[in-house]
Amino acid sequence: MFLINCPYCGERDQSEFSCGGEAHIVRPKQPTELSDDQWAEYLFMRKNIKGVQFERWNHAHGCRKWFNMVRDTSNDKIHAIYKMGEKPPVE
Amino acid sequence: MTKFRVNKTKHVDQTKSVSFNFDGKTYYGFEGDTLASALLANGVHLVGRSFKYHRPRGIMSCGSEEPNAICQINEDADLTEPNVRATEIELYEGLIASSQNCWPSVKFDIGGINNFISPFIPAGFYYKTFMWPKSFWKRIYEPLIRMSAGLGKSPTKPDPELYNHKYVHCDVLIIGGGISGIIASKIAAKNNLKTILIEDKNILGGSTIFQKNENYKINNKFSSEWINEQIAELKKLDNLTIKTRTSLAAYHSYNYLLAKENISDHLPLNKRNGDIRQRLWKIRADKVIVATGALERPLVFNNNDRPGIMLSNSVKKYLDFYGVSCGLNNVIFTNNDSAYETAVSFKEKGLSVEIIDIRKKSNSKIVKNAEKLGIKIYWNSTIVNTFGYRKINSVEIMNLSEDGSNVVGDKNRINCDCLAISGGWTPMVHMHTQSGGKLDFRELDKTFIPNEIDQNHINVGSCNGDFELEDIINNTNNKVKNFLKVSESDFENISVFNSKELDKRNIWLLPSYISEGKCKSFIDFQNDSTAKDIKLALREGFKSIEHVKRYTTTGMATDQGKLSNMHALGIIAETAGVKMGTLGTTTFRPPFTPLTFGSIVGRSVGKFFDTIRKTSIHEWHIQNNAKFENVGQWKRPWYYPINDEGLHDAVQRESKAARDSAGILDASTLGKIDIQGTDASEFLNRVYTNAWSKLGIGKCRYGLMLNEDGMVYDDGVTTRLGENHYLMTTTTGGAANVLSKLEDYLQTEWPELDVYLTSVTDHYSTASICGPNSKKILTKIFPDKDFSDDTFPHMSYQNGKIDEIDCRIMRISFTGELSYEINIESKYGKSLWEKCIEAGKEFKITPYGTETMHLLRAEKGFIIVGQDTDGTMTPIDLQMDWIVSKKKYDFIGKRSLYRSDTIREDRKQLVGLLTDDPNEILEEGAQIVSDMSKKPIEMIGHVTSSYFSPNLNKSIALAVVKSGKKMNGQKLIVPMENKNINVTVSDSVFLDKENKRINA
Repeated sequence: MFLINCPYCGERDQSEFSCGGEAHIVRPKQPTELSDDQWAEYLFMRKNIKGVQFERWNHAHGCRKWFNMVRDTSNDKIHAIYKMGEKPPVE
Repeated sequence: MTKFRVNKTKHVDQTKSVSFNFDGKTYYGFEGDTLASALLANGVHLVGRSFKYHRPRGIMSCGSEEPNAICQINEDADLTEPNVRATEIELYEGLIASSQNCWPSVKFDIGGINNFISPFIPAGFYYKTFMWPKSFWKRIYEPLIRMSAGLGKSPTKPDPELYNHKYVHCDVLIIGGGISGIIASKIAAKNNLKTILIEDKNILGGSTIFQKNENYKINNKFSSEWINEQIAELKKLDNLTIKTRTSLAAYHSYNYLLAKENISDHLPLNKRNGDIRQRLWKIRADKVIVATGALERPLVFNNNDRPGIMLSNSVKKYLDFYGVSCGLNNVIFTNNDSAYETAVSFKEKGLSVEIIDIRKKSNSKIVKNAEKLGIKIYWNSTIVNTFGYRKINSVEIMNLSEDGSNVVGDKNRINCDCLAISGGWTPMVHMHTQSGGKLDFRELDKTFIPNEIDQNHINVGSCNGDFELEDIINNTNNKVKNFLKVSESDFENISVFNSKELDKRNIWLLPSYISEGKCKSFIDFQNDSTAKDIKLALREGFKSIEHVKRYTTTGMATDQGKLSNMHALGIIAETAGVKMGTLGTTTFRPPFTPLTFGSIVGRSVGKFFDTIRKTSIHEWHIQNNAKFENVGQWKRPWYYPINDEGLHDAVQRESKAARDSAGILDASTLGKIDIQGTDASEFLNRVYTNAWSKLGIGKCRYGLMLNEDGMVYDDGVTTRLGENHYLMTTTTGGAANVLSKLEDYLQTEWPELDVYLTSVTDHYSTASICGPNSKKILTKIFPDKDFSDDTFPHMSYQNGKIDEIDCRIMRISFTGELSYEINIESKYGKSLWEKCIEAGKEFKITPYGTETMHLLRAEKGFIIVGQDTDGTMTPIDLQMDWIVSKKKYDFIGKRSLYRSDTIREDRKQLVGLLTDDPNEILEEGAQIVSDMSKKPIEMIGHVTSSYFSPNLNKSIALAVVKSGKKMNGQKLIVPMENKNINVTVSDSVFLDKENKRINA
């Protein structure tokens, strides 16, 4: 049960949030021009690493805003939180 | 007073007698006793039988580490509680407790035969034996194992007690109210930090509170006197909350901790008054100071489990804190100095005591003190055997060889009725490791101590490996000041005098003249695993400590190996010839001590278990005898039986009425999302499969929403209220998910769109009136309105007023009948409904529920997302190609509709099914086959919806069948348990394919 510093609301308990999986996967602008394999890459392929991971989170039981988080999945340490559209921090 | 109550202490009030019942016999103790101390005062040591061999076992400790004295408390079917440690139960008037795991009684237990056949049931016995013959498993082995498994008995009735949850935040949380916890609390609170101190016992002070020994003095006072002064000062501090009878259960990441407070378990039954029993504290602390202390280790030697064999410091606590001598003829067996304190306490009270020490000699102050008092000490000696069945009566000792691996010389027998053992101390690192902390191994005294890298918690006192009084006080003071970055402290110049331990000797498995294979040297007392079992596991090839643990079950009992894990590790390291530090430990998992289910769920029981959502018309439904169905959290009318009508008859009547004259449905639960913004039309274009740009203001359109994988996700009618304003309806169950999915796309993929979404599900109530007479009823409700098809056609909307109250009228239909939905602000929902019922009276308007709604739409072949679809159906599979726009460049899921898998022609597709016997109703979920001759029979689909249609007077069904699109007219079989039902594939629209009724 970690504490998440929502960029809009401040520190809140993890139970208010839901995780939306890997971040920075952009929906293709021209899906019709993609091959089955390319589309499948976007649709299905997700990393699930032990270690530092870029994730999407939603303050579902709060402001309902989506944001990004850099989290170490091995110890739940949150390295950075930033708004949608902002550049991810470089290590 | 009994002969074992030898001492008056201020912690037990010997003027207040308390009666209790143990194993059917009435005993007396005093206020302040625990069940264990009261039993010991009555000379009762034998309190249980061991799990596997059913050996007699006695009270061993005085705290949460107790492996043997676990009892069943209370006899009532709703309040009885198993596996309660007698050492932790405060005595109260009327307490009823009994032994577990024995039959017919603790003194004579049939299962004791396991002890004699024990050579044949070593570790892994179950895995090896119950494998064959295979047929024995179900009828013989499993019932047999189930009968002998488990410890106590669960309650059979619901728990009537109240439990609470409480959320708190603090600057500093201190776990443990012993000497180091007290020092830490005082420093924190005096420096203006909001501090909480929790302690699992009923008073603070740890083992210092009963330390009255010349060899351990603080500021020239007995340490118990000094600690009492400190406690008195603590209680005056404003910033400090002290919670006793509160045990930490779990330490999660980000300093989130759970602690269980016992509020009424210590009160006499007649004083509990139905108040809260336990409270679960959910604590978020900025900083945590762990001061949980250390557990005394037992020693592992032959027959070390007899009643009367107890941990040395616990024996001292019973003597100095409770005033109870565990024996009159005491022997102490030790490898360290701390047991000498127990010896001195015995001697000072005039009780007989002798010491057996495995060390060769020591000249520390406390040892000299013991010698001076005339206590006999057997140096370099070990116990090789013990005697006495229901209670120890003597021990046999021998000298140890130089390296300690063997015994030499003659046997010497010493009589005793209590054997106090001490194998040194193990820091309680549970909390540290639960929080994610790592451990280092300290070779000197064979302990795992916390390796602190985390910034947010520290360990102080003996849980950090400080065992000398002077170190505890000074190190705690310095560490806490640094950690909290404060300077004020009352503990700067404390003069501490304490005897220091000078000599150490550790032997994990003590030798005997009896061969190792015949020794019963217990490591885990509760699960009956011995040193021999551990060695067997290693011989059989288990190497990892986690595997040895599971194979031998060492450390897997309700005490979670608090006393056994270190010895298991030590013996594994020794046998395998590896360094103990390299083995690591098994994982410490929460809870530290068992939690009650009640404390975990708190108030979320009964009607508070989950939220119940009711429409504003709910009261009317109840008054009109509705039976309800749960749809998500909503209560929806299922059907409205008249007199003693059953579901089938009511639904047949309601369905017929809706098509013959008029029916009315409470459709308030459908999800409603208000969509506004200049890009609202473009947004709908992207989320629905069909086109929205050209939808005129005041018009309604049905939409199908897909997931990005092309599968149907939700459906519903959306109405264009204005140029940039839409009202979307969703399925009842999908409302919340649809909103969050749409928000996700808006915020993350299409932030450039000017669109705002608001959930208005609860804002409006909806009455849906259908049937050939619905237009007449609407005209009565809205006399000024023109409901002719030209001015108010199907799939359009108009505003209306009822008594000055605005409402929206949509002409849309989910039944295939002429149908209108009236939306009104929720607070007027019930009056709207009653008005409709009143207006419809002359047409015998019939309220109908979800079951009839399902039947009516199935007649018309309309799908229900989640019933006829299951997340693997594309719109093409549903034969709804017409709703997928060919012109739109993109929408959610479009690209997936022509993936190689989604264009397969043999996908399951939605079809209608008609039974050859029109009265036969198929079961929903039933499998469908085409060829019964080829084995295994291929299942080509299943029934998704099935009803008897009163309007068509035959059974109808919807089903998904492989390549179903091409099967119209084909005969298939639905095999059931007792018969095969013959069916014919049909069109999925059974009624009014030409839409004459909708446009009537």
